[in-house]
Amino acid sequence: MATPTVPKSWYLPTKPHKFCPGCGHGIVLKALGEVIDEMGIQDQTIFGCDIGCSLLSWNFFACDSTQTHHGRTTPVMTGIKRARPELLCIGYMGDGGGYSIGSQHLLNAAVRNEKLTLVLVNNTNYGMTGGQMAPTTLPGQKTETSPFGRNPEQTGYPTMGPEFIAQLTPDSAYVARGTVSKYKQLKKYLRSALRNQMEGNGFSFVEVLSTCPTNWRTNASQTWNFLEDEMEKYFPVGELKTPFGKGEK
Amino acid sequence: MQRVIGESKRSFVTGNEAAAWACMAAGADIMFGYPITPQNEIMHYWTRIAPQFEREFLQTEDELSAGFTVCGAVQSGKKAFTATAGPGNVLMQEPFGMAEAMRLPIVGIIQQRGGPSSGTVIYSQQEVTLTTFGGNGEGHRIVYSTATHQEIYDYIVKGFNVAWKHRFPVFILGDGYQAKMREPLEMYDPQDKGIEMVEPYPLLGLGGKIGTDREPSHLCNIYSLEEELYEVVLKFAAEYEALAPQIIEYEERECDQSDIIILAHGVVSRAADDAVKALRAQGIKAGYFRPITLRPFPQQQLRDAIARSGAKKMLIAESAYGQFDRLVKQEIYGETISIENLFMPGVGIIENDIINKVKSIL
Repeated sequence: MATPTVPKSWYLPTKPHKFCPGCGHGIVLKALGEVIDEMGIQDQTIFGCDIGCSLLSWNFFACDSTQTHHGRTTPVMTGIKRARPELLCIGYMGDGGGYSIGSQHLLNAAVRNEKLTLVLVNNTNYGMTGGQMAPTTLPGQKTETSPFGRNPEQTGYPTMGPEFIAQLTPDSAYVARGTVSKYKQLKKYLRSALRNQMEGNGFSFVEVLSTCPTNWRTNASQTWNFLEDEMEKYFPVGELKTPFGKGEK
Repeated sequence: MQRVIGESKRSFVTGNEAAAWACMAAGADIMFGYPITPQNEIMHYWTRIAPQFEREFLQTEDELSAGFTVCGAVQSGKKAFTATAGPGNVLMQEPFGMAEAMRLPIVGIIQQRGGPSSGTVIYSQQEVTLTTFGGNGEGHRIVYSTATHQEIYDYIVKGFNVAWKHRFPVFILGDGYQAKMREPLEMYDPQDKGIEMVEPYPLLGLGGKIGTDREPSHLCNIYSLEEELYEVVLKFAAEYEALAPQIIEYEERECDQSDIIILAHGVVSRAADDAVKALRAQGIKAGYFRPITLRPFPQQQLRDAIARSGAKKMLIAESAYGQFDRLVKQEIYGETISIENLFMPGVGIIENDIINKVKSIL
């Protein structure tokens, strides 16, 4: 039997990690760690995490890493990249940080085609603060602040992040939506998003559909069903913009 | 150190132009900014001068972003700064708080405008509370309140050094009058004045092989336990207080054997200084005290001046409704000197305003 391995770029003293059982962050961070290893970029990578559950990744990697405030990862990473263009900057955030409180930063970084790689984990709610409605909460989905289900008449429809970012960015940007249910595809997207930054092409953005059984109050099979049946139906998985040839659906 | 000015020269410039040249001469690598009056021309001059000296600029989407990009850039080891005013200063308190928490050597130039809210676009001294104690922290910042263009230039050069040497955020607190008016200025490269500039250094992107040559750098501004944060804040407080005597600057004139001490800061101190001269010429024994650093505050120096003067009264003059007054009172708690005030929020104060006030209370 093969021994389970962890990516070399993981920082072992902080393992096991602190995410809830069943949380998708561990899968995203494993994919990211493996990609960092495969590309051999650990020593030049700067990892910046947002506030929220993504914060638990602040000392996850054996990479130089920094924290900031909720929604402000994008400008902090922009500052680092503008000052030291040789560094590879990865911003890691949730849907609240990226699409709500930090949306102006995300939008304008995309418009300026900042040479950053941003990974946004979409689990349809604010996990760390106890499961409130997020910009990505599905219509009818119950959360702590939409206890009778999200009513789009009152609170709008879920933010389609990669779709709007694809509209804002030039052809040299990379934009994709992956999911923790398709691990190899997710790794491919993350690799492309990092390669795009390394080649100095432009803004690189990957939204990752992920799971939050704690706040969804779901068991294992319900969790996976919600991800594959509900979320992936609403949020199409695939590459929306790639400077490397034809997009993959 | 790259020479920017060459032979030291006299100029007749606006305060904003002085600020841009000072940042250049101090070796700032990159400016992040967002338009707001009255600081705009700092960006205008910077964007014109920067390419000649291979310096960078980014106009961000708002002041939050300008502040946070500065935080990122200094973490990467580059000298970075921003400039703002009024509501922009309000927004920047969020990133300035991060700088305070992570001890980031940022430099911010604040050209105060009227408040509250959008207020007026040119002048006030109403950003004293915000700049000294803004954010959800303890005011572990260094704030220089300048009065002349020469001081804008000198304290920006000094400010970069203080920030990078001690890693407390540094603010140059000016105002729209200083920003917009022209006056003589001597521009110089720091090395020509014997000023050695502190080299910046990275906190991230440290080079070498992680795991072999060194451990990863994990920068942190949020803590799991109350006790962890408690220890961090106490450590910062102890370091700040130990550093304060080296940082504190002030001006004092004619306080000994005076009947009244006039206290002012920033551009108002020029009127106060003139008023003291005029009052003395009329036989009224007035003295003058001006904190240059509002944080840390020259507390002991002011207490000593009060003791030496024998004055029964002190007049605090400011273009705000008591922000400076509150700062002074908390610093000299326990003194029994009677404190009068001349509060003129958002408007300029001239010599005669102070003279008339002094005559009305003596």
